[in-house]
Amino acid sequence: MNFNLSEEQNQIRDSIARFVQENYAFDQRNAVVALEHGFSEQHWQQFAELGWLSIPFAEEQGGFGGGPVDTMVLMQEFGRGLVAEPYLATVLLFGGLLQAGASEAIQGEYIPAIIGGELQGAFAYLERQSRYALTDITTTAEQKDGKWIVNGEKTVVLNGGAAQKIIVAARSAGEQADESGITLLLVDAGSAGLERTLYRMTDGQEAANITLSNVEAKAVIGSPGEGYGLMASIVDEARLALCANALGALESLNAQTLDYCKTREQFGVAIGSFQALQHRLVDMFGACENVKSLLYRAVCAVQDGTEDAQRSLLALKVMVGRAGKLIGGEAIQLHGGMGMTDELSVGFYVKHLMIINTLFGDADYTQQLFAQLVNAAPQAGSAAA
Amino acid sequence: MHTRFSEEDLAFQAEVRQFLRENWTSELAATCANRATMKEGIEEWQRRLYKQGWVAPHWPVEHGGTDWTVTQTFIYNSERAAAGAPEVMPFGVTMVASVIIAYGNDAQKARFLPRILKSEDWWCQGYSEPGAGSDLASLKTRADLDGDEYIINGSKIWTTYAQYANWIFCLVRTDSSGRKQEGITFLLIDMNTPGITVRPIQTIDGFHHLNEVFFDNVRVPVENRIGEEGKGWTYAKSLLVQERLSIAEVADSKRALTEVREEARAEVNGGVSLLEDPLFAKRLTDIEIRLMALEYTELRALASIAEGKEPGPESSLLKLQGTEVQQAIQELRMDVAAYYSGTLQGDLSAEQLGHDYADTAQKSYFRGRASSIYGGSNEVQKNITAKYVLGL
Repeated sequence: MNFNLSEEQNQIRDSIARFVQENYAFDQRNAVVALEHGFSEQHWQQFAELGWLSIPFAEEQGGFGGGPVDTMVLMQEFGRGLVAEPYLATVLLFGGLLQAGASEAIQGEYIPAIIGGELQGAFAYLERQSRYALTDITTTAEQKDGKWIVNGEKTVVLNGGAAQKIIVAARSAGEQADESGITLLLVDAGSAGLERTLYRMTDGQEAANITLSNVEAKAVIGSPGEGYGLMASIVDEARLALCANALGALESLNAQTLDYCKTREQFGVAIGSFQALQHRLVDMFGACENVKSLLYRAVCAVQDGTEDAQRSLLALKVMVGRAGKLIGGEAIQLHGGMGMTDELSVGFYVKHLMIINTLFGDADYTQQLFAQLVNAAPQAGSAAA
Repeated sequence: MHTRFSEEDLAFQAEVRQFLRENWTSELAATCANRATMKEGIEEWQRRLYKQGWVAPHWPVEHGGTDWTVTQTFIYNSERAAAGAPEVMPFGVTMVASVIIAYGNDAQKARFLPRILKSEDWWCQGYSEPGAGSDLASLKTRADLDGDEYIINGSKIWTTYAQYANWIFCLVRTDSSGRKQEGITFLLIDMNTPGITVRPIQTIDGFHHLNEVFFDNVRVPVENRIGEEGKGWTYAKSLLVQERLSIAEVADSKRALTEVREEARAEVNGGVSLLEDPLFAKRLTDIEIRLMALEYTELRALASIAEGKEPGPESSLLKLQGTEVQQAIQELRMDVAAYYSGTLQGDLSAEQLGHDYADTAQKSYFRGRASSIYGGSNEVQKNITAKYVLGL
């Protein structure tokens, strides 16, 4: 048992930290987010050159063959710098689905393109009515003349504007909320009948609502009607990565707030000398350490494939949601009037954390999933590992 | 980064389970649970651990420790708690022994450590005073040097199990001239010395475990002083990490939570199990998630210690969060027991009363209020974390 990073993982961490230091100062980030699609194509090419886009892909596909700890390290540093490039959407969701379920031909064509920084992707799984239920899908997929035709609307598709290819979760059979009957389809963003309405999220990233009218899919990812399992496993991987991203953001917010409390003076002294504020800063520190402990727990359990994996992952997502709100709220409060302005990065971190809470199920929803899991049957005296 | 168990770890786990099956018997558990025979029960349990070589795992091997890896420590504690076996009484093995090992002289080590290992002495802790609680350094119990003896006058309070103890380790004042932390000396005092009296304090949980200890011209040989005169505060502070780890009682909270879940499953409101009640399920899972985090915060601290590093800043949270979780579980159990949580079982059997854990629940609840007060109140823990970890 140990919680140390390998030499290689330390190198990844250090190189991302260097990138953030050189490219993600407050004004630099604002300039990046103001670009078309909310991120820098130049940065993306740099990611490709540095090999970051290859990390989760298998070696036989030209990837680095990394595991969950590698992805954690990368996403945590991205979170610390509030990096805007769409790693989650293109590499982890879109790329993850391709690696897990696409044909060899498609993998051979697309995965090297992702690794090379030439292909942007997205995963369209949400709908207006679906809230957090992954199975609640009304978009339809029907086979006609040996082709899959998709009709419906998907919402809040992250990176939906820049994406050249999109994987759409559609229903080919069953009732609206059934697990079975879900089919994942690869579509070209430029297909006839596909229309995108673009907008920004509060943290600056771009999302899209996508309507599909008789869009002809290029391929099915996974087996027709059995997309749910594939989707759920990739969502689990994305949850873990997202929580690592949140930890980086939480650590940064705590550090910024602590620093501010040590330097901001009122009543002739630093405000951090007041006990009422000190105890709140300790609570913020404690919330962040809780996230870190659960992240290490979950990443080890997932990596080692233990029975604690799902339970730890859900617990982590709940804690990330709650810690994000606690630390975000306190960071604004302790920064006083300055916390309310767009002149500091505090607000952007808070918005990013609020969005993370809502992705793949917020704290309340995820806690219900957790409760169903742990209350299901009498528990044996369980050890963690 | 990984938490896998190796083949050796799995073999160790089997060994621990077998030891517990053979030694933590239902008879011994009953002896420990009965207030009248608790002392004998605990001493017997500790002797069985001693025979196995496991009574003081964290000690250096040359004094009787085990040299366990972090994983083995984790396995032992998880299995022990899951079996319902108690931790070793901390006052001797964990508290005074750590100070003797770190700062005592060879004669003191030879005299006291073997007796602690064999549970031949029962130690209690003389730190708090009526006027020195959270502000411990303002303690006033005096030790005046007279030849080769100190003469002690004053009183100590909240002394757990002083009624059983034959030794007490004390912080006493040998100098009042400088900073209050600087005139404090660490002394080991035989409870049978003339001039010591013990007054029981009845607490809200209905037990007698706390006492006030009075010192009236008590003569203590200088050879019972640990280290240098006036350095007692430094010695006592070095205990804190070990103490925080032991107060957190993470493995025991895991067992308690598992029990509460099963108790709640069996409780039925109008045909619906309490576990199905969304408000109850929210509270239960809130605690479970915090406990899952705490378990790994503790492992992170243990892993640092095992690598010979200082435990990281996260260890400062263990006492605070560990006791919050303990109290939350105790509160939940009171609510599970519903109106029976207000009953006193007394001499009735569970059958006569009509409930089998309500009495334990209320006693644990009221006794558990102490955990956020002792070992440095939780508010003081926050002050300490703010100062030493956050640099405020």
